[in-house]
Amino acid sequence: MNAHKWFASMLLVGILTGCGQKGDDTGETVIRIGSVSPLTGPQTHIGKDNENGARLAVDEINAKGLVLAGKPVRLELLAEDDQAEPKTATIVADKLLDAGVVAVIGHLNSGTTIPASKRYHDAGIPQISPSATAVAYTAQGFANAFRVMANDAQQGQALGRFAVHGLGAKKVAIIDDRTAYGQGLADEFERAVRAAGVEVVAREFTSDKATDFAAILTNIKGKGAQLVFFGGMDPQGGPMARQMKRLGLNATLVGGDGMQTINFLKLAGADAEGVVASSPGLPLEAMPGGKAFKAKFEARYGPIQVYAPYAYDAVYVLVEAMKRANSAAPAKVVAALRQTDYQGVTGPLRFDAKGDTLGGAVTVYGVKNGAWSVLEVIQ
Amino acid sequence: MDILAQQLVNGLVLGSIYALVALGYTMVYGILELINFAHGEVTMIGAMVALTVIGALLGVFPQLPGLVVVLGGVLVAIPACMLLGFGIEKVAYRPLRHAPRLAPLITAIGMSIVLQNAAMLVWGRQYVSFPPLLPQGRYVILGAQITDLQIFIVLLSFTIMGGLWLLVERSRLGRAMRATAQSREVAQLMGVNVDRIVSLTFIVGSGLAAVAGVMVSAYYGLAHYYMGFMLGLKAFSAAVLGGIGNIVGAMLGGLLLGIIEALGAGYIGDLTGGFLGSHYQDVFAFFVLITVLVFRPSGLLGERVANRA
Repeated sequence: MNAHKWFASMLLVGILTGCGQKGDDTGETVIRIGSVSPLTGPQTHIGKDNENGARLAVDEINAKGLVLAGKPVRLELLAEDDQAEPKTATIVADKLLDAGVVAVIGHLNSGTTIPASKRYHDAGIPQISPSATAVAYTAQGFANAFRVMANDAQQGQALGRFAVHGLGAKKVAIIDDRTAYGQGLADEFERAVRAAGVEVVAREFTSDKATDFAAILTNIKGKGAQLVFFGGMDPQGGPMARQMKRLGLNATLVGGDGMQTINFLKLAGADAEGVVASSPGLPLEAMPGGKAFKAKFEARYGPIQVYAPYAYDAVYVLVEAMKRANSAAPAKVVAALRQTDYQGVTGPLRFDAKGDTLGGAVTVYGVKNGAWSVLEVIQ
Repeated sequence: MDILAQQLVNGLVLGSIYALVALGYTMVYGILELINFAHGEVTMIGAMVALTVIGALLGVFPQLPGLVVVLGGVLVAIPACMLLGFGIEKVAYRPLRHAPRLAPLITAIGMSIVLQNAAMLVWGRQYVSFPPLLPQGRYVILGAQITDLQIFIVLLSFTIMGGLWLLVERSRLGRAMRATAQSREVAQLMGVNVDRIVSLTFIVGSGLAAVAGVMVSAYYGLAHYYMGFMLGLKAFSAAVLGGIGNIVGAMLGGLLLGIIEALGAGYIGDLTGGFLGSHYQDVFAFFVLITVLVFRPSGLLGERVANRA
């Protein structure tokens, strides 16, 4: 009975103060941080990767011990599943806000990050997405929205230039999966190749749950494209590469970071050969802390999918800002985040006025002998 | 012309895949008037079991020819799915046989979610790739590319449809099935063991699902715990289009849906001058479905619904 009353009053205190800091038996203050990514559905493997990256950072920081305003602080990571669905994203955002998180690392997809960002903005807590690259995310004028990865404008432009100068394409076809990410990337790519005077012979669409692309690829074949650009993720990119070969469509498949994964190689099998895809940032081996991160991460969770280093850096950027603000109060942390100048695993991280990373590099990879190898690093 | 031929081939193969799965839906509906929403998941389990066996076989006997390995996978997947189908009916549908029709529909959806998540726990969240074991021969017919596997899938759907039709219309078991479909009570009075017939229906349907699952994952080169969902939805639509409960209808509905989708995706953009793009492919397919249902509410061949199956 007493225990219940105590719990209820603690709960009430938590709600009234609304700062998400809870008393603990050990005298530590517990600070909750949210991590959101799809943990069910077709992109689960990438989503779990983000969560693991963030968790590794949180565990390291807790092991080292964090002190804010003279008090020991323990971080608690609340991992939530947004199913890569925009509508679930806002529900999960509300759930995290109810749980009193002081910041959110996420979401994974641009399509979920953008609707959820409105919730975090209204609540005034910092949001750092490790992997949402759609331009629209930071273009909303939200002071609390940040990302630690080059955006689609940077990536799409770089890929477009590479398609024209590196691959010498004259006629290209563009496909996107109708998500904020895929569409945004494809639009930027289209802008870049059109600016270079290349003819876009077809603009086709699919979904992020499709597996059959025979119809649109046949159409593209009929229009004589030499290069097919796909804005989307590996579950579609892999079968697409196979179906291109099966249809005898002799064009180079080019994609963004959603396709530049180990899983893509497995799904496309032998047909992956010659596929080109980019990834924002430097290749893992060229990242300043890449080797050490890979060793630490793989010892605990197995192979890195894609964005784990970014989720890891996002947590560190957040905690560095807390340290500088000497507080976990969201408003102070947001202000401190603006001043970020952090040397992360993925490279130096600084934010511009919108919350985008300054001067993010884009690396273009090609599949050679069944593995991704670097073709060019575009700064 | 090449392109039209190619689109027809694309549609034919896609349609055959829908038809393979739709046959399972339509068979259960024909006997029980129950939409077995877990059927798509049984298909997925079939693919996953087969892939596990294929992986194990390749690990132990790397020298075996590809066809034998795949056949081994199929031969394990079929009984596994049969057992699963038998179990699903026992656990989720039999206790509700006399309940209002909505109740088994809800347990069907529940079963589908349970199977999906169970598969996620067993096989993980990763996409599993299907090793390239089957012959990859490619032919050009009227300018359209067609592979061995595609020809096989189309032939297989027609064979299975024919076999199923013979089973239902010509065999003793089929007669019992048709009797059960018409009236469970009267069939029972005539000495038909209704429980046994219903179980057998699920067993046969789930065996078919296993074959369909392996074909789908071999064709697309992947399997995933989520693959049954969309496939089930499309196959169910195909069954409704053809007239649910009718075996030839399921085949016809599947083929039509596949061809409409392929032609829709291929030509809608050019016909509307880029106003509507290939993202309207599903809209187009479902628009046709709705139009058909407005004029023929029981589907294209749905008239014979009186003796369902």
